[in-house]
Amino acid sequence: MSDGAPAVHRVHGPSALGGDLRRFWALTFTLARTEFKLRFYGSVLGYVWTLVRPLLLFGVLWVVFTVIANVNHSGAGGRFPGAEQFRGAQLLASIILFTFFTEATGGAVRSVVDREGLVRKVRFPRLAIPMSIVLLALFNLCLNLIVVFIFALAEGVRPQLSWLELPLLLGVLIFFAAGVAMLLSALFVHFRDIQPIWEVVLQVLMYASPIIISLPTVLAYVESHHNPHAVFKVYMLNPLVTIFQQFRHAIITHATPTPMEAVGGWGIPIASMVLVVAVFVVGFAVFNRAATRIAENL
Amino acid sequence: MAAPAAGTAISVDHVGKTFRLPRQRYSTLKERALNPRRSRVFDELHALEDISLEIADGEFFGIVGRNGSGKSTLLKCIAGIYGVDRGRIAIAGRLSPFIELGVGFNMDLTARDNVVINAIMLGLSRREAHARFDQVIEFAELGEFIDLKLKNYSSGMLVRLAFATAIQVDADILLIDEVLAVGDAAFQQKCFEQFFRLKRERKTIVFVSHDMYSVERFCDRAVLLERGRMVQLGAPHDIGRAYHKLNFGQLPHEPSQGGSRDSAAGEGEAETEARTRIADAWFEDVNGTRVTSADQEEPLAMCFEACLGVDLADPVFAATLRTELGHTILVARSDHGGASSGSFAAGERVIARFDMPNWLTASRYMMTPSVAAAGTGANALALVEDMASIHVLGHARGGILEMPVDVRIERL
Repeated sequence: MSDGAPAVHRVHGPSALGGDLRRFWALTFTLARTEFKLRFYGSVLGYVWTLVRPLLLFGVLWVVFTVIANVNHSGAGGRFPGAEQFRGAQLLASIILFTFFTEATGGAVRSVVDREGLVRKVRFPRLAIPMSIVLLALFNLCLNLIVVFIFALAEGVRPQLSWLELPLLLGVLIFFAAGVAMLLSALFVHFRDIQPIWEVVLQVLMYASPIIISLPTVLAYVESHHNPHAVFKVYMLNPLVTIFQQFRHAIITHATPTPMEAVGGWGIPIASMVLVVAVFVVGFAVFNRAATRIAENL
Repeated sequence: MAAPAAGTAISVDHVGKTFRLPRQRYSTLKERALNPRRSRVFDELHALEDISLEIADGEFFGIVGRNGSGKSTLLKCIAGIYGVDRGRIAIAGRLSPFIELGVGFNMDLTARDNVVINAIMLGLSRREAHARFDQVIEFAELGEFIDLKLKNYSSGMLVRLAFATAIQVDADILLIDEVLAVGDAAFQQKCFEQFFRLKRERKTIVFVSHDMYSVERFCDRAVLLERGRMVQLGAPHDIGRAYHKLNFGQLPHEPSQGGSRDSAAGEGEAETEARTRIADAWFEDVNGTRVTSADQEEPLAMCFEACLGVDLADPVFAATLRTELGHTILVARSDHGGASSGSFAAGERVIARFDMPNWLTASRYMMTPSVAAAGTGANALALVEDMASIHVLGHARGGILEMPVDVRIERL
């Protein structure tokens, strides 16, 4: 050693963050970037392929539910007439956001176990693995959002001041997806049936969020049947409902209500945001606890 | 124990590690929900118990043991991949977090991408990683192949890249788990070459293996583990003996140890005098001149000088000739065909000489001289791996031998 004795430090076991946020971020970003690159490597159409799936889903849903079944028809708005303005853009926006949530959480479930070789052989902040999956999904989301905006503008949506809410809305969605991703990837180490369970939950969430069936349609149904208000409150507690609906309101059209207007108060939307924070905190705690022993439990 | 003394790279202090193995492993939520309490029963596996050792700066340290002895667990504890349950581990200097070469290499990516990813795993920022990139590639001598995908690399190129990335961030301490278990002979040879270079650069290296040959060849010291406990810590040669004893239930014959240790306590010289040792080994040509290179088909002799530590009747003198890759070409023994070597008194010096025709193909060869007590020759009293080498000049037509062959082609 030319510069005297190096600092002596104690070796600890691995942890979620590794005590070095800079390294954690660099690693997360690099893993995500690599995966992104690999996905498009040697594929002529490259990015087009990641866009095909949500666009195809959009096409199918549009034809089946809007053209044939005529869900969300213009008269279904109830208290909010004209809420179905720009139906296509609203549907596409929700699909793209949900695609992000599916990729981030569904992809994270197996992520730590699939990178077993790395986890058992290298010391690095464990959280970088599920977070890189979320980041990868975010890359795709950003690209897909461009398509959403192009589609929306083509359908007649005009830029408005409320577009400034976009970063906040995406931030909450990412935060929620990250919390779920941490929770699921840590649990999957012990419980291998988390994966099929989560796939089913995602299916349910797809119908329990304003994607195909818009919130005004749900609201009109609830208000014409009086009794299932408790069920509606549970529905509104889903953070995806709050995020998607606010997105539709702020980005696509003010004709569709905000979640607050829909449920008639701030209580439940705030509760759903508290749920987001709670999921994140629990997810981090569970992952952090599991991190030290992931390598030996694989 | 206080902070490690100066010059200590790794200090392992009464470390213990216990794995909890659930007696019935429930790997699904359903099973867990149906059997909420039964899964709480664990078997405890004491993978490491009370391990204490200090590894000096610049030391090449071996960890050996049989399968399941805890050697890899110890390495993973040092690396910080496993947390320890008892005791503490302290290190001085930058530790490479890799315990296997080329871990994390993605075959579908170029060398450039892989090097950057690895550097970031080592703890560099993205900017630093890019800045170091040129150094790594230069070191690995892969300049023109940086944008080639790794799946198109040869094994030699891969190992160069792996070594270059593993030591790129001035990691002072490298941990290596069974590198030599993988790859073909050429790959292993590359590893050996890199090891010697690292050794010259005074890197601290901890090396896990169950191949005693490589441990004896590289390591300055070694520790033998068995069932998670330290059996012995010392010179690789002694560890090798202990390891063989564990494996085969016998210790290679060691006549001088018992008596002389007691009588000559503290007198190191007396002790070495009492041991049988090999003083020198060399190759000779047909005129009796020592040579380091020889022409093919010129007769050659393997010679060594041994000092006998004890009275011996019919000891077996042997010379083993190996290629650089470690393949044994020839074992020449003094008891060949039932011949007897005679009786020798303690303190006698002997020159053993094995004349042979030189049918070797052009390459470099190593000679390992040994002296063993009468019998199978397995109980070596003295053995020095690769003590002398010879360069054979001439043809290399593809085989390992260039034997005289009569060729006849008859027309039918």
